[in-house]
Amino acid sequence: MTLWNFIAVNSPALAIAIPLLGAFTTPLIYRLGRKAMLTWVISVLAATEIISLLLVYLVNTYGIQVYVFGGNPYYATVPLDSGGIPIRIIFTVDGMSAFTALISATLGLVVGIYSMGSEKFRSAQEKFFALLLLLVVGMMGMALTGDIFNFFVFLEINSLAAAALVSYHINRGIAVEAAFKYAVVSSIGALMILFAIGILYGEYDALNMAMIAERMHKTGFSNYDMIAMTLILVTLAMKCGAVPMHHWVPDGYGEAPGGTSALLVVASQASLYGLFRMCFTVFGLSANTFSLGWFLIILGLLSMFVGVTMAFLQHDIKRLMAYHAVSQTGYMLLGVGVGIATIGTSAFNQYGIYAMEGGIFHILNHALYKGLLFLTAGAIIYRVGTSDLNKMGGLAHSMKYTSIFFLIGAFAIAGIPPFNGFASKIMIYESVYQLNPFLAVVAAIVSMLTLASFLKVFHSAFLGPKIHDVKEVPRNMLVAMGVLAFFIVLFGIFPNIAMNYLVAPAAHALSNPAGYITRVLGGGGS
Amino acid sequence: MNPLNPTIVTPSGVWTPLVWIMIFLLSLIIAYIIYLRGEKSHRVGAGAEIFFSGNKPPVGENAHIKSSNIGWGFMEALKGYYSAMRKMHTGIINDYVGWFLGILAVMFILFLFYGGAP
Repeated sequence: MTLWNFIAVNSPALAIAIPLLGAFTTPLIYRLGRKAMLTWVISVLAATEIISLLLVYLVNTYGIQVYVFGGNPYYATVPLDSGGIPIRIIFTVDGMSAFTALISATLGLVVGIYSMGSEKFRSAQEKFFALLLLLVVGMMGMALTGDIFNFFVFLEINSLAAAALVSYHINRGIAVEAAFKYAVVSSIGALMILFAIGILYGEYDALNMAMIAERMHKTGFSNYDMIAMTLILVTLAMKCGAVPMHHWVPDGYGEAPGGTSALLVVASQASLYGLFRMCFTVFGLSANTFSLGWFLIILGLLSMFVGVTMAFLQHDIKRLMAYHAVSQTGYMLLGVGVGIATIGTSAFNQYGIYAMEGGIFHILNHALYKGLLFLTAGAIIYRVGTSDLNKMGGLAHSMKYTSIFFLIGAFAIAGIPPFNGFASKIMIYESVYQLNPFLAVVAAIVSMLTLASFLKVFHSAFLGPKIHDVKEVPRNMLVAMGVLAFFIVLFGIFPNIAMNYLVAPAAHALSNPAGYITRVLGGGGS
Repeated sequence: MNPLNPTIVTPSGVWTPLVWIMIFLLSLIIAYIIYLRGEKSHRVGAGAEIFFSGNKPPVGENAHIKSSNIGWGFMEALKGYYSAMRKMHTGIINDYVGWFLGILAVMFILFLFYGGAP
C-alpha cells in the first residue's frame, strides 16, 4: 500500500487523530519554546485541513466513505460474526459530513494563524492552543461519526473545550461567568441527549445511526422514538443558538477571545449539522417530516427576527455580532426546514431542494463572514482595549486593512451583491417564498435590519474623527482576516464553485437517508 | 463546470454575479459622465456652513455620533417589544435552563399531537 493509499483509506480516522495527537503534544512541545509550539500547532491544523480537502475529494469522486475502527478490512461495517449489527464505531462520511468537516478545519486553521498574533502576550498559551485543537477534534468528530453515542462523546469534547476557551481571558471575571453558563447549559443538554441515546439503544439494540434508522423504519415510529427525537432535536437547537434557547450565545461569543468567537460559530454549526443529520438520516424515514420541517422553520423565523432586533440594541461589538450569529442561524434553519417539510412530495424537486441548498450554502457563507467579522472585532479590541462601541470612533484612519475587511464581512452578512451572503440568501428567498410568501418577507426584512445594524457598527467604530492613536494589528491577524475575505469575495463572484463541489453534494446526501443506510448496512465496497 | 460562467440556478431563474458586476460598473461610468457634465465653477466648501438647528456644530470627538444614539427612533417605535425582550434576557443561568426545559415540554406536547408517524 502506497503512502497515498494509506492516507486516503484512513482519512476519516486521521481527520480526528491528527488534531487529537496535536492537542495532547502541544504542551510538551511548548517546553521547546513558543515558536516551536506555534509551528507545531499550525502544521497540525494545516494537515487537518489537507485531510478534510481529501475527504471532500473522495466523497465527490467515490461516494459515501465508511471507516470501521478496528475492522478488518476497514470497510467491513457488518462483519459475519456480528449478528447483523454494526457493533464497532463506524465513521460515515457523506457530502454533508465532508462539508462540515472542511468548514471546521478551515476555520480552525485560520483562527490558529490569527491567535498567534492576538494571544501573543497572554500567559498559558500552550493550554489555549491545546484547547483550540481539542475544539477542532470535537467538531470534526461530530461531523464524521456515524455512531450516535460517539456523536455524544464528540459533542462533550466540543462543549468542554469551547467553555474552557470562553474563560481563557480569566483576568476578567465576566469571562468565567460566561464560560460557567455555557458549561451548565451544555451539560444539561448533553444529559438530555444521553437519555435519548439510552432510549434508542434500549429499543433497537444499536448505536449506529443507519441501523437505528433502518430498524425504526421497519418497526414504525413509536412514542419512545418521539421522546428521543424531541430530546435530541430541542437540545441540538439550543446548542446551535436557536431562539428562544439562545441566551448563552451572546454571553459565550461575547466574552471569548476574538479568534475563539469565530471558532465558536463553527462549533455551533457542528450542532446544526447534528440537528440536520438527526432530522434527515435518523428520524427522516419514520417521523412526520412535515412537522419536523415546520419545527425548524418556526425556530428559524424566531431566530432571524429576535436575533437581529436584539443585535440592533447592543453597543458591545461582540454581543452585537453574537446576536447576528443567532439571526443568521435562522436563515439556515429556515432553508433546510423548508427542504425537510417538502421532502417526499413534488414540491421538494420544485423548490425544496433549492431551499436546502440555500440553507446549506448559508452555513458555509456564515462561517466565512461571521468568522471574519469576529476576527475584525477581535482586532479592534486588541488595539483599542474595549468592546464598547460608544468608546470607539475614527479607526479607519489608522486601521485601514481591518476597516476594509470589516466592510467586506458586513456587506456579505447583509446580503449585498456580489458578496457570498447574497448568493445563498437569494436561493432561500426564492424557494421559501413558494412555500409561504410570509417567510420570504421576514427573511428580506431581517436582511435590511442586518445592514442597518452593521452600518451602525461601521459608523461608530471606523468613521468620524480620530479618537484613538492606534496602529494596524500584527501581520498574522491580517493574514487570517485576508484569507476569509478572499473566500467571501471568491464565493460571491463564483458561487458555482462552492455550489458544485460542496453545497449540492451536501444537500443531496442529506436528502437521501436511504442511500446513507444502504452504504453502511450494505457492508461492502471500498 | 465553466468558472467563467458563475451561474447558479434558483427556483425562479438564475443568479450570475458577473452580469451584476458589469451592470454595476456601467452604472458607475454613467454616474461619472453625469458628474463631469456638472457645474464646473463649483468649488468644494463654497456652500453655506452646516446648519445644526441654529447652533454651532460640534467639532472633534464631540462631532461623532455614539453607537447608543444611532437607531434611537427605531427602538423608540418598538419600545413595547424591546421591553418584553429585555425581560426575557435576564442573564441569569436559571432562566436559560428554564427556557430550555420549557421549550422541551412544549415540543413534547406538540410532537405528541403532530410529530408521530406520517
